[in-house]
Amino acid sequence: MNAAATAEDTAAPVLQADAVNAYYGQSHILRNVSIRVMPHEAVSLMGRNGMGKTTLLRTLMGLLRPRSGAIRLRGADMTGERASAVARAGIAFVPEDRGVFPNLTVEENLTFAARPGRDARADWTLERVYGLFPRLAERRSNWGNQLSGGEQKMLAIGRALMTNPEIILLDEATEGLAPKVRDEIWATLRLITEAGIASIVVDKNLDDLFELAHRHMVIVKGEIVFDGPTAALRADEALIHRHLGV
Amino acid sequence: MELVLIQILNGLQYGLLIFLAASGLTLVFGILGIINLSHGSFYMLGAYLSLTLTSWFGDIFLALAAGIPIAFAFGAAIEWLFIRHLYNRDHLQQVLLTFGLILVFNELQRILWGTQPHSVPIPAYLSASIQLSDTLSYPVYRLAVGAICILLALAMMLVIQKTRIGQMIRAGESNREMVEALGIDTRILFRFVFAAGVALAAAAGIVAAPIESVYPGIGERVLIISFVVVVIGGIGSIKGALVGALLIGLADAFGKVFLPQLASVVVYALMAAVLVTRPAGLFGRA
Repeated sequence: MNAAATAEDTAAPVLQADAVNAYYGQSHILRNVSIRVMPHEAVSLMGRNGMGKTTLLRTLMGLLRPRSGAIRLRGADMTGERASAVARAGIAFVPEDRGVFPNLTVEENLTFAARPGRDARADWTLERVYGLFPRLAERRSNWGNQLSGGEQKMLAIGRALMTNPEIILLDEATEGLAPKVRDEIWATLRLITEAGIASIVVDKNLDDLFELAHRHMVIVKGEIVFDGPTAALRADEALIHRHLGV
Repeated sequence: MELVLIQILNGLQYGLLIFLAASGLTLVFGILGIINLSHGSFYMLGAYLSLTLTSWFGDIFLALAAGIPIAFAFGAAIEWLFIRHLYNRDHLQQVLLTFGLILVFNELQRILWGTQPHSVPIPAYLSASIQLSDTLSYPVYRLAVGAICILLALAMMLVIQKTRIGQMIRAGESNREMVEALGIDTRILFRFVFAAGVALAAAAGIVAAPIESVYPGIGERVLIISFVVVVIGGIGSIKGALVGALLIGLADAFGKVFLPQLASVVVYALMAAVLVTRPAGLFGRA
């Protein structure tokens, strides 16, 4: 817990969704999804492919407009806002495909959208991100498309931090990365959490998620079927077996 | 030999002019995803602004300085009124609306300026010619046009390569959604890009007016050649537009002199040759 956190900070959720329904065309993807994420809290979002994890993150980010329900960031209504407004309000997104701009250098990727966060706080600077990811510092002049998958993921996380967000949404945090790089990403995510940034993390690796997050959500066919602490999820072997395929 | 030199100068100067016109077209196509058939109309707008503003201010360069912001504001208004409704629509609808805009702009041109061709005076201090040899000379104004085009092209490249807005433009070229998700309102970014494209095309029209005179339909010729440039250079590539425009300029200049019977097809033959060997254009991403 960040020492600077005030009582007011910790009392109210940083991000909250109430009875959100979202569609792709005619397909009803998210069904009455309600979630809340407290300040400084890392929460995992689990589920098999096609269950709506990415759609939920995209809806929270404002990239997909919900048909009903409400999304609030620190109590402010964000429902139906453009993604740029949502981002400026303090949500950052690291997509599964990383969304690194191939025709920008590493440093340009990091700086072109950088800005102070709430209360003009600018905790995350280029130096701090380079400190977190020394490999990015080495490759600062390389083009985005000259990076390995792991470096791109680091760049996408660093770029999200440079917007000084309240909360980061991370889709498939370590999918397709080499084991060593995965460990590096997980270590970084723990550091980010310790630094007081809330997160929703999607990944397939349960053990790492258990180590990072104390609360977990399981989504099945667009519905949140489980939302609880690590111990409760570990105890529910049937749920893990049926919906997480472990 | 002098003839070759003259054609090189003519080709480069014409190429630079169509580069200015085509750069906006390729940016709008590459970043906004819009096929803008009315882009030639903005060159025409520049030509007629040149006519009116030069008569007001008495100097083509003052007309250029005033005309660029006017064209930028006009472009922003057109984007807001029409173009922004096309971003999520298919190319057929884009082509229909922007073709409709050509008809509207041409009619407005007739109402405001009439159907007579006009000429725009070259300022006295640039009306001289440089003697290249005993028998050949080259007008100073054409050299000045080349220099202005180079300055504008350098300024544009500097903005795209070195500034934050340039980084946003490049980022928007590869992944608009991610740009938006990073907190950049792409509505404003796109309006800026469109308006800048209009201003560049108009700038070309303004400085070209004293060379080629001002007449109805001037935009259509530029539109077609600009599309050829975009196809040759590769969609969305400014570098491609520059190389494509210079190639077209030189092919056109030399074609007129050395293959006069085939002059009108030389640039299209060049385009066909590029399409056969590099379907995505010289600098396009396949």
